[in-house]
Amino acid sequence: MNTFQLLNGLTFAALLFVVASGFTLIFGLLRIVNLAHGALYLFGGYIGFAVATKTGSFVLGGLGAMAAIAAIGFVLDQGLLRFVRGNELRQVLLTLGFAFVLNDLALVIWGGDSFTVPIPQILRGGMRVLGVFYPTYRLFVLVTGIVVFAALWVLLNHTRLGALIRAGVDDAEMVEASGVNIRRVFLVTFLLGSALAGLGGLMGGAFLSLYPSADAEILVFSLAVVIIGGRGSLVGVGVGSLLVGLLNTLGQVMFPEFAYFVIFGPMAVLLAFRPLGLFGRAVSA
Amino acid sequence: MTQATSQPMKIAGMTPRAVVVALVVLAVAAALPLVLTNYQVGLATEMLIFGVLAMSIDILAGFAGRTSLGHGAIFGVSGYVVVYATAQAGLPPLPAFALGVIAATLVAAIFALLAVRTSGVYFLLLTLALGMIVWGICLRWTQVTGGENGMRGDVRPPWLVTHQAFYWAVLAGAAVVSYAMWRFVRSPFGLTLLGIRDSESRMRSLGYNVPLHLFIGFTVSGFFAGIAGALYAMFNNFVSPSTVALAQSVEGVLMMIAGGVGSLFGGFVGAAAIIALENAVSAYTERWQMVLGVTFILIMIFAPEGIIGTLRAVLTRKQR
Repeated sequence: MNTFQLLNGLTFAALLFVVASGFTLIFGLLRIVNLAHGALYLFGGYIGFAVATKTGSFVLGGLGAMAAIAAIGFVLDQGLLRFVRGNELRQVLLTLGFAFVLNDLALVIWGGDSFTVPIPQILRGGMRVLGVFYPTYRLFVLVTGIVVFAALWVLLNHTRLGALIRAGVDDAEMVEASGVNIRRVFLVTFLLGSALAGLGGLMGGAFLSLYPSADAEILVFSLAVVIIGGRGSLVGVGVGSLLVGLLNTLGQVMFPEFAYFVIFGPMAVLLAFRPLGLFGRAVSA
Repeated sequence: MTQATSQPMKIAGMTPRAVVVALVVLAVAAALPLVLTNYQVGLATEMLIFGVLAMSIDILAGFAGRTSLGHGAIFGVSGYVVVYATAQAGLPPLPAFALGVIAATLVAAIFALLAVRTSGVYFLLLTLALGMIVWGICLRWTQVTGGENGMRGDVRPPWLVTHQAFYWAVLAGAAVVSYAMWRFVRSPFGLTLLGIRDSESRMRSLGYNVPLHLFIGFTVSGFFAGIAGALYAMFNNFVSPSTVALAQSVEGVLMMIAGGVGSLFGGFVGAAAIIALENAVSAYTERWQMVLGVTFILIMIFAPEGIIGTLRAVLTRKQR
């Protein structure tokens, strides 16, 4: 693997981190496996694309995507998931149904063509890093991934909300018993996780482009990240994203047709020894 | 009836009443092509095939407590192998059929090796991810799978070319396979699976090898899904990545749930209901995916016990 490919792997990992961190936040705290997360990513990308081309502003596109996807997340959580609380299987399958609806809606609105979110002028072109000429935008994705990691780190470890989320991951009932409205913490987490999917959609939409099955692809990568990293652990998502991002690039370089295998092999070995992932902890049910 | 009375008479493991019911259902199903149009016979064939798929998923979901989202992929692998073996490798239909089922069983065994260590949501996630890998390979490995365009091939043997003949063949196959599945879940092995579903730790402390039982259960379930997949390949003479896509697994699971988890034969009811709905909806709109999604959401919220279970609950509530 040369420097160029290494950077490709790292930037892809950064995108995966943004998407999968939202997934794992929701999974870790609410115990909801949100299989609509891929659809939220794609929908966010489309909305970001629409806003960015209309207003000509990439930043507005990002904000629009995050706000819109958080709103859709609100509808999903408050409008539908509330009816199946406490039943893991029904929750998962419900989100899957929601994903189908969302994807079909996207197909109705934007059709089957593929779109690429326009990159702002300053991020176009390339620059010289580590001895290779590399697209500026992808470096921007890498930096954004690191910034999101830092922001989530601060949020989780140095704010009251973060303390509540961490406590909720370990024992939601106990948090509630100590007088905290855990429902509100759940909702905020759900919205935050959804917004991250929307942000990921915009970022990914500018270099992977948006097309009807992109949601399934990003979902399977996110699943791999969470299965490897473990439920509800920020460091786990970080390490999982790096592994999956780098392995995917390695796989695409060496065996383009079986790139999925290169991720899946290590994942299988890992599962045999640590069924809960690298950083996962047993659930105190 | 008290325990003191003699064991009731059994024919092939079934009570006389069950035998009569089964024969009547079979006779009615066999008579259907006489009154239906060709198109409707095709739909009925599809219902039977997907009924078998739904039942194979039910073996795991209803009897081992593990819902698989990877069975569409197992089903599809069988279809791919059948079409490839006849169209590209030039094998006659029956060996191709056998090869497809064997391939599906092998894929199921690989899935099972990885999945038996997990349960609950993790099982669901892992089978989903594994199914996605199969889909990714079918999509990208263009020289062999035909990529996005899929593969076409005349898979049916000459004596099964007409709609009616193929329907009867599928009906016979479905009857045999359903009986085999029924015997499987009622066997001591099936009862062990039930025990694992209800309390894994208790079964472990009783000395049962839980992962081994789950492995065998998964592989057997995959074998049946493979039969359904091979039949579907013969039905369509065509496979494409959408045959192995997540939507296929999801439809199978939805049919299984609609028929009632753990009801086994409910798979046919669920398959019939979903395919009838798909067909009715498609007449009015192209938005089948959306209707499927909405159906899924509604069933999860209002009828998680399946159509029959919910109807029964509503009826008993009315009677009171």
